[in-house]
Amino acid sequence: MNDELRYLLARTVQGKMNRRNFLGRAAAVGFTAAAANTMLASGLKAQTPQKGGVLKIGMQGGGSTDSLDPALAANQVTFQLLKLFGDPLVELDPKGGPVQMRLAEAVESTPDAKQWTFKIRKGVKFHNGKDLTPDDVLATLKRHSDENSKSGALGVMKGIESMKVDGDNVVVTLTEANADLPYLMADYHLVIEPNGGMDDPASGIGTGAYKVTVNEPGVRHVFEKFDEYWDESQGHFDGVEILVINDNTARTSALQSGQIHVANRIDPKVAGLMGRAPNLEVKNVSGKGHYVFIMHCNTAPFDNNDLRLALKYAINRQEMVDKVLQGYGTIGNDFPINASYPLFDDSIEQRSYDPDKAAFHYKKSGHDGSPIVMRTSDVAFSGALDASALFQQTAQASGIPLEIKREPGDGYWSDVWNVQPFCASYWGGRPVQDQMYSTAYLSSADWNDTRFDNPEFDKLLVEAKGELDTAKRKEMYSQMAYMVRDEGGLILPMFNDFICAITDDVQGWEEDPNQDLMNGLLAHKCWFA
Amino acid sequence: MITSIIGHPVVRLVAHRIAMGLLLLFAASLLIFVGTQILPGDVAQSILGQSATPQALANLRAELGLNEPAVSRYLSWLLGALHGDLGTALTNGQDIADAMGRRLGNTLFLAGCAAIIAVPLALTLGLVSVRYQGRWPDKLISAVTLASVSVPEFLLGYIVMFIMAVRLRAFPSVSTVYDSMSLLERLNAIALPVTVLVLVVLGHMMRMTRAAILNVMQSAYIETAELKGMRPFRIIWRHALPNAIAPVVNVVMLNLAYLVVGVVVVEVVFVYPGMGQYLVDHVAKRDVPVVQACGLVFAAVYIGLNMIADLVSILANPRLRHPK
Repeated sequence: MNDELRYLLARTVQGKMNRRNFLGRAAAVGFTAAAANTMLASGLKAQTPQKGGVLKIGMQGGGSTDSLDPALAANQVTFQLLKLFGDPLVELDPKGGPVQMRLAEAVESTPDAKQWTFKIRKGVKFHNGKDLTPDDVLATLKRHSDENSKSGALGVMKGIESMKVDGDNVVVTLTEANADLPYLMADYHLVIEPNGGMDDPASGIGTGAYKVTVNEPGVRHVFEKFDEYWDESQGHFDGVEILVINDNTARTSALQSGQIHVANRIDPKVAGLMGRAPNLEVKNVSGKGHYVFIMHCNTAPFDNNDLRLALKYAINRQEMVDKVLQGYGTIGNDFPINASYPLFDDSIEQRSYDPDKAAFHYKKSGHDGSPIVMRTSDVAFSGALDASALFQQTAQASGIPLEIKREPGDGYWSDVWNVQPFCASYWGGRPVQDQMYSTAYLSSADWNDTRFDNPEFDKLLVEAKGELDTAKRKEMYSQMAYMVRDEGGLILPMFNDFICAITDDVQGWEEDPNQDLMNGLLAHKCWFA
Repeated sequence: MITSIIGHPVVRLVAHRIAMGLLLLFAASLLIFVGTQILPGDVAQSILGQSATPQALANLRAELGLNEPAVSRYLSWLLGALHGDLGTALTNGQDIADAMGRRLGNTLFLAGCAAIIAVPLALTLGLVSVRYQGRWPDKLISAVTLASVSVPEFLLGYIVMFIMAVRLRAFPSVSTVYDSMSLLERLNAIALPVTVLVLVVLGHMMRMTRAAILNVMQSAYIETAELKGMRPFRIIWRHALPNAIAPVVNVVMLNLAYLVVGVVVVEVVFVYPGMGQYLVDHVAKRDVPVVQACGLVFAAVYIGLNMIADLVSILANPRLRHPK
């Protein structure tokens, strides 16, 4: 089949072109109507999941230091491993709707949103042959909420007052109302392990669609299909192999030479070129992750809101999206929320590059004209050095003396980020607005990396959490967005896309803004044509 | 008899050299320990990443014993290492000796394959360029090897990968090897990194061979051999090479050491699970016991190979072998 016909077929199957046109075009390139009809039939068949095959994924973001302990997962590869071998209680919806049920069959709350009941699914088996019980769920949640645990989910478990098993249910009681609790339970660390992983946290045994057969951290992770997986609609491959390929060029070469079917984290600079290759498809999804420049609101000279505003007006957002992300992203508006969050207010006015306003606010701030030092590093985000240089230039145009100090990538997250008053950084998204704001903008938050301290904001945040009326809640979040945007220390030029590339025999792709590779569920939902 | 062996200058020199090597290794262990202590950043933070809570960090720090004094940590580490116990990795709890053993095996396999091709090739090319000194074979060999040395390794890797893997699809671009592979599969997997490594080390060894032999070729006894009517290649092989062996062995050993400890870039490009990648991963995570163990192994390899080079030059010197 030639490339043109393949393209036409794909469009017809997706419903972007009708059958008659397809047959006409096929005839034009020399196919008989009968052959074209057969082709169309097999093309349509490719839309229903087929079983079999071993999916190979080349991934950036793993190392020989990786562990299978869900509590310690912190990079792309460990995130993906957890998704493969384990299941959470609930999963985020790709379209931003209510959470989808996984190991929980139903979730209910008391009207005050303080007590939540998770009904645990029956007939689910662990890879070691044991049945899933509510006790396993309780033990898992306890392990991650233990003050002595090293869990990355410790933060989301903080508001829990008590937990207990009640028949088939696990009941969670909160210290204060939280309408978002189900979203928090979708945290990727919270995969259910036998006895909560209390006995052997890094055993790699879960209830997931694929079970671990080879675990060589930093090299490869091999999985085979778990025959007794409870959800028959997912997990179509016989096996999955994750190859850790951290080098960008090596990863794209492996995809081009047919050694892998999927590569994550495609460099925006080459994404356009890769999309032109005949057997590859580049998939980009705008996510919740964003690249930022952060100022400490309590440290001179950034304790002056006019200076902060001057810097916010002095950054050219569109240019950054075009040049740093090569168009694979969307512009930001100086608050950490975008349209992929539930209850997003899209009427908030977009801030754009304005050298005159920047100069006006800079003058009004009364800054003495000494260089304003901004720290940056290539680990802050991909393209951070370029972005910093662009920022410096546009700031210069308004007479703001920005000085770039390049820091070593080693130790950046312990010595610069959240320590120095002005630096480049990035944030991954959180499932809901409340969690994003509570993590980084609440005055008492550990990672309040802009030292934002606004009592009114803190009060609204707590109120919104317990507000079950969505219209009122949306209004509250809108007010909070304005506060961060106009008074905060956050300069948010862009939201980055997740970009991955797949070979065209991988079918069933769907957009999921929550995380890389369809929120880690590519191997669950896709299949080979 | 025994006293005469012990008293023999070669034995004394060799024993002296080995003792020096051990002393050097001990000094290296001290340096490695100090070096890992003054790395910036914090182990706990690096393990848990940017998204770690202060509470989790404090818990991990206490668990890792980071609060004990450095001297006692050094002594217990050294004692353990002498017993072959390198401890467990902080980050994923794997036994270091076990995990590193496999990585070291992979590295030695890659280095060995590259050396088996590169060393004889470099010597032969060196001899050929001496034989045809100043003529086109000499110039061609020099030009090609110098060019391959001058191109950075990663670029060389990408070029080889693009041609051999992406265009021709002759060899895999990902060189991951694992236990269940047969020897032939392994050789197929590492074809590309071996090619790159050969290209990288060839020039250095070939140039040194050429220079050392040319140096000897100025000697009076070579002229005598020529006047005897010996064929040029035979003169080089029989009379010049044995006398040029010391500097050649030195540079060969340096390159072998490089193949073992310096190939991290090639490992990353071809995704080869060797020591270099292992070390870099653990440095990035501040997994100090692993970094120390790797440092010690690297130091031992370097010192060991250089010691062999020294011993060979001692033994190759007839004046030392046959004292008056």
